[in-house]
Amino acid sequence: MRPEERVQIAAVLVFIARKSFRLGTLLVAVCVLSFWLVSHSPIDPVNAYVGADVMRVGPEQRAAIAAYWGLNDPPLQRLVNWGAAVLRGDWGTSMIFRQPVIDVISERFTASLALMGTAWVLSGVFGFALGIIAGARQGTWIDRCIKWYCLTLASTPTFWLGLLLLIVFAVWLGWAPVGLGVPAGVLSDEVTFGDRIRHLVLPAATLSILGVANVALHTRQKLVDVLASDYVLFARAKGESEFAILWKHGLRNVALPAVTLQFASLSELFGGSILAEQVFAYPGLGQATVQAGLRGDVPLLLGAVIFGAVFVFVGNLLADIIYRFVDPRIRWGGGRYEQC
Amino acid sequence: MIAPEASEPKPILDVRDLSVSFEQYARGLQKKTLRPITSLSVTIRPGEVLAVVGSSGSGKSLLAHAILGILPSNARVTGTLRHANENLTPERQVALRGSDIALVPQSVGFLNPLMRVGAQVRSAAHNGNAAEAQRAIFARYRLAPEVAGMYPFQLSGGMTRRVLVSTAMISGASLIIADEPTPGMHSAVVEETLGHLRELAGEGRAVMLITHDIEAALTIADRIAVLYAGTTVEIASVADFTGDGQSLRHPYSKALWRALPQNGFAVTPGAQPVLDELPPGCLYEPRCPMSTPDCTGARPEVRALRGGVVRCFHAA
Amino acid sequence: MSSVDAVAVSHSRTGRLPRLNRRQRTLLVIVLSAALLLSVVAGGLLLGNEMLTTNLDQRNLSPSLEHPFGTDWLGRDMLARTLKGLTLSLVVGVLASTVSVLIALTLGMAAATFGRAVDGAVTWLVDLFLSVPHLVVLILIAFTLGGGTKGVILAVALTHWPSLTRVIRAEVLQLRTAEFVQVSRRLGRTRWWIATRHLLPHLVPQILVGLVLLFPHAILHEAAITFLGFGLSPQQPAVGVILSESMRHLSTGYWWLALFPGLALLVMVRAFDILGDNLRSLVDPRIAHE
Repeated sequence: MRPEERVQIAAVLVFIARKSFRLGTLLVAVCVLSFWLVSHSPIDPVNAYVGADVMRVGPEQRAAIAAYWGLNDPPLQRLVNWGAAVLRGDWGTSMIFRQPVIDVISERFTASLALMGTAWVLSGVFGFALGIIAGARQGTWIDRCIKWYCLTLASTPTFWLGLLLLIVFAVWLGWAPVGLGVPAGVLSDEVTFGDRIRHLVLPAATLSILGVANVALHTRQKLVDVLASDYVLFARAKGESEFAILWKHGLRNVALPAVTLQFASLSELFGGSILAEQVFAYPGLGQATVQAGLRGDVPLLLGAVIFGAVFVFVGNLLADIIYRFVDPRIRWGGGRYEQC
Repeated sequence: MIAPEASEPKPILDVRDLSVSFEQYARGLQKKTLRPITSLSVTIRPGEVLAVVGSSGSGKSLLAHAILGILPSNARVTGTLRHANENLTPERQVALRGSDIALVPQSVGFLNPLMRVGAQVRSAAHNGNAAEAQRAIFARYRLAPEVAGMYPFQLSGGMTRRVLVSTAMISGASLIIADEPTPGMHSAVVEETLGHLRELAGEGRAVMLITHDIEAALTIADRIAVLYAGTTVEIASVADFTGDGQSLRHPYSKALWRALPQNGFAVTPGAQPVLDELPPGCLYEPRCPMSTPDCTGARPEVRALRGGVVRCFHAA
Repeated sequence: MSSVDAVAVSHSRTGRLPRLNRRQRTLLVIVLSAALLLSVVAGGLLLGNEMLTTNLDQRNLSPSLEHPFGTDWLGRDMLARTLKGLTLSLVVGVLASTVSVLIALTLGMAAATFGRAVDGAVTWLVDLFLSVPHLVVLILIAFTLGGGTKGVILAVALTHWPSLTRVIRAEVLQLRTAEFVQVSRRLGRTRWWIATRHLLPHLVPQILVGLVLLFPHAILHEAAITFLGFGLSPQQPAVGVILSESMRHLSTGYWWLALFPGLALLVMVRAFDILGDNLRSLVDPRIAHE
């Protein structure tokens, strides 16, 4: 391995270490803050746990439940207990699902990942293409159409679009199932891959259509900026054709910001997924989070918050790493030639 | 407009009465019209170095862009451009850009930061083997072969200069426009860059040197066109710039010459007019020691005088 | 010779209307979008509650002249419900955005003028809020406050300040290097004085534009939170509530329950967007040279 390569790898490792430390401090803060918030909620955790049988539970049973969940300890004690447990990998038990929170999250997240992943790829690819077309033909009718389309989509409520798709494709046309993640009443061994795909189509379409808008607008703006730059002006002066400029300068200089933006947009994606899952009753992490919030399942809610923070962090970290590796100014940054 | 000597070779570029204006929006979307170039006339012959000299902000880069046809789309252009005796229409500009008319830009910002400089130089070649030509030119300008694989940010100031000039060299263009090739650099680099430009002229190409540095211009130019507020006020040969400027024709040229440190460092009061508020008459009139009431009424036309060209009612 | 006069080529749709220049067109768009929004609010406020009472013999009517948006399963006129819901969303959105902007202004200016330590703290706080997905934070805060109107307003208000804070901080940092500010410092003015007398007036137009551009986001998030069930109570005709209730009736085919309220919300949000963008081009035309 050449010395420069070794230096580079060391630099990346240091970078990751520093970022992880930062994540650590942020996560701690997120934990503390979230815990503090939920401990002030008006929902009585015992009621939430017991659920519908609230009337039949006597005071001694309530006290036993409270003691079991550690609800009688002072707040700081509870925070520390919980924090220690989280670090050990014990994120508590979900009151709704009666399962360890970690299991609920990993199960649900797999479903959400399929949904978000599909939407992420589709909206990235189509958004990029639309953005390039609009930016390259700035000011023409096609640019205006694309801009109008994207701006309208950006103002569209995710859940409303989901409802529309549901009405048209599931209720009227019957092309897609009306909801859930797998066909109802079918044993889990018998659920086919095709079934899963069919249940994924509408929610993924909802998220993709909306995601395209933002990606296209950003890509377009970046391309417009690139085409207005000094180096493109000089390329024109050198006699390069518009197509060559678009290909050699446009794409090259827009690709990197576009990709890093995709990774940084995971936060929005997660939020959109929550809404899409709610409309289509898709059993993902988003829907679980909503249930946890509505029904007072504190461990699950906290777990989802922390997981969300880690998810966003990973996205931002990947975006940063890609930038460091691909942008030569940052990768080779130190090496200015001294000889004149 | 009027070539000084009829026996000289025909000009390769003839700019007549070029005017460039822009509309801009200020706060509240109020519209302003900027006129960076007004009635600019200049000619240049093969093998000659013509320096276009004016202070910063007098629209000099726009002249280069107008000749190449790469002005922004909201620019309004009037006047005539003739290249090799034919009208320089937009179609001809597209055909000649880079192959017959080449630009040497100002700074490293004109190179794509994500592309290696070798590739960027090679893309300026329009005939023959680009890779070979690039290697030869780098060798000639004493740039090590590995420079071709570097990115623009890795180049030092002097290396950037040489790379930018090589793009013009490799193009084989007959007209080269160097836009501010020596911004704020120390004298060794300035000398070297100017030397390269002089070499290019020596090979029979026409070199237009656009600069605010009149001292640098005087070292290699054959003729000097003096710009004020976007218009040509005088075109003189370099020999006229001697003594205390008595051979110069326009009061502004004389003021420029006398402002040089070795000529007394004389300061002329006032400043160039703002580009959206040009005076109705002669553009220099507000600061001119020779101004009379007729100077405010109309803009003087360009006329031949003592072998040069001047735009002034009173020059003699 | 190339030349495209930006004005002369302004594409006027019909040859008969006078050709408006850029400034006039922008002002016209601003007036029209503001008028649209005001009429929505007027409709919502002026319509009496009698339109919302149940009317069981008018149940589930599809759109007609009498009920342009149809009626729901209780016979309530959907147009009236939608207008009231939009007004509600607008009021909540505006309130929450205003609070957010005030927070952003305070934190942004503090970060840029009160030294490194404060700047570091504010930046860290911004990163903290941006490190969790937005909707999750909204759910968390709404959960803590027990839902309801107050919960929604606070939740939205407390989560929309981070991006604006960054923008204000950057603006102020830039302004601080301006000469007149340097001069004031040398003359011994306190940071507080500089902040309020020099920086604030420069920022006001951009803050106003930022505020208007925040409304669409706040309104959409409020609708989302309400749709999920955390926000305004089902008694109030908020658009989120209308849409979540319409989900129960989808398979019966009452499509107008979902289409029109959502479409109206879309139009209102877009109107705010357009209003904000045109205001911005008035204030900062550099963006608008296209």
